[in-house]
Amino acid sequence: MSFLQPSDLDAILLSFQVACTATLLATPLGVGVAYLLVHTRIPGKAVIEGLVNLPLVLPPVVIGYLLLVLFGRRGWIGAWLIRLDIQIIFTLTGAIIASAVVGFPLLVRSIRLGMESVDSSYRQAARTLGAGGWDAFFTITLPLSGRAVFAGMTLMFARSLGEFGATIILAGNIPGVTQTIPLAIYEYTSSPGGDRMALSLCLVSILLSFVVLLASGAASKSLERK
Amino acid sequence: MQLDVSVRKQQGTFEFNAEFSLTGRRIGLFGPSGSGKSTLMHLIAGLLKPDSGCIRLDGTVLFDAAAGVNLPPEKRRVGVVFQHAHLFPHLSVRRNLLYGWRRTPEADRHIDPEAIIEVLNLAHLLDRGVNLLSGGERQRIALARTVLTCPRLILMDEPLTGLDEELKFQIIPYLNKVFARFDIPLLFISHSLLEMRLMTEQVLVVGEGRVEREMATEELAQSAWVAPRQGYVNLLRLGRPQPHGDLWAYPWGDARLVLTDESDSDENVVELDSREILLFKRHPEATSARNMLPCTVGKIFTVGNRVRVELHCGAQQLIVQIVPESLRELELAEGKEVVAVIKASAFRRLL
Repeated sequence: MSFLQPSDLDAILLSFQVACTATLLATPLGVGVAYLLVHTRIPGKAVIEGLVNLPLVLPPVVIGYLLLVLFGRRGWIGAWLIRLDIQIIFTLTGAIIASAVVGFPLLVRSIRLGMESVDSSYRQAARTLGAGGWDAFFTITLPLSGRAVFAGMTLMFARSLGEFGATIILAGNIPGVTQTIPLAIYEYTSSPGGDRMALSLCLVSILLSFVVLLASGAASKSLERK
Repeated sequence: MQLDVSVRKQQGTFEFNAEFSLTGRRIGLFGPSGSGKSTLMHLIAGLLKPDSGCIRLDGTVLFDAAAGVNLPPEKRRVGVVFQHAHLFPHLSVRRNLLYGWRRTPEADRHIDPEAIIEVLNLAHLLDRGVNLLSGGERQRIALARTVLTCPRLILMDEPLTGLDEELKFQIIPYLNKVFARFDIPLLFISHSLLEMRLMTEQVLVVGEGRVEREMATEELAQSAWVAPRQGYVNLLRLGRPQPHGDLWAYPWGDARLVLTDESDSDENVVELDSREILLFKRHPEATSARNMLPCTVGKIFTVGNRVRVELHCGAQQLIVQIVPESLRELELAEGKEVVAVIKASAFRRLL
């Protein structure tokens, strides 16, 4: 018997697919929200901040259930999407949305800290040199907070690899469609005689997380050297 | 340049109020720290919004509360050189220099990057990052970056504070060269009287959130003498020196001064403390001092136990500080002839 089942490879691949897509889609939005929180004086900033941070403290199962209510066939968004023939629940898209929502606060938090630590004088200098507000943001503030954006992306990626609670409720546990590594482990542990296979997937999970950590360390070092 | 300012700005408990109208090319904003100099600079550059009032530069309205005009900083064409340079750390020297130039409309680009790179001697730095530069290099790059936006006015906020004495005097000639060559009006902010005298012709004296007075820089230097324990320092502009035995003879107007310091420049600025000059009634027979200048006495002012005497030496002027007893013994009076005696080592070369 080999170390991994063919369905395990599917799970690993799916995990990657979900984590990558969720992170890449969330990053521009994360930058935008961090910009709103750091550089603008909009009313209700505390409310926005609270909403963004909420998934960090809520049990993922609660988030999954709320998403299910929202995206279900009769939900606010779900009912509208169904008319466009788009289904979210029990699909890969659902898994991606669940991961994105759960990981988003980590991303915004990191980008925001990075943007706040950029000396505002650089932006002022850019403005007096003829750059408009957006120009100065994209050519000065954003590159100078690049490390923080990258750190946030790594955190979110790692969080998405391990996402379980929200995913199982919104996307279900369908092998080959929405079954990521944590869901596969869960299935093995709840079926008799699956301990050994659960353990080998756990090893894969540990290995993957470690590789992400190493890669992020190496990348942030090379950014620093620049 | 014509700059009209009439603004109010409340910042916490600090209230800033300025009302002045300026014409000139080399203007200083002089005052102690916390007097509101930087606030005024930020208001003119558009980095702070006044509560009320208006700012006009050469007929363009930069800010007018009544008319609802508030040009953003990038539309004002007012350049700023900050105290800490604020070079962008993620860009090379070259890209820092061209940051503003690329954003300047082509019609306004009348300064060639090559020219400013040459004047400020930056060619060997272009491909470097900005994090390993010396303080003087940073300020030169910051100035070049601002000059390349071809602004209508450059504001310099204490650009020399934080540099050591020697470096400061190495940079001032660069600054003078840039402003002379590219003919850009300058508003120079500093709390150093010496920097003011070397960089500007006219000053606005700022104190406690108000513009208190406007006067010629030389007048400011002379008025500072009234405060106790403040001496007056003569700044002399000398020409190219000739060897004179072991020493150097510099032309100073029609006269000639002998100094110990060498120089290979056509223009030199030296300082001479007004207390280092001795006055004699007649030409002394022999003295160890190397300079004996026949002068005519000008105005005489007495404050406490100090007397300030203006001396005219041809077209040049020197200010000497003596005590009242010497004044009586020498029987000094306006129009009298005296001989000023100065040691060759009393001069300190600045530029």
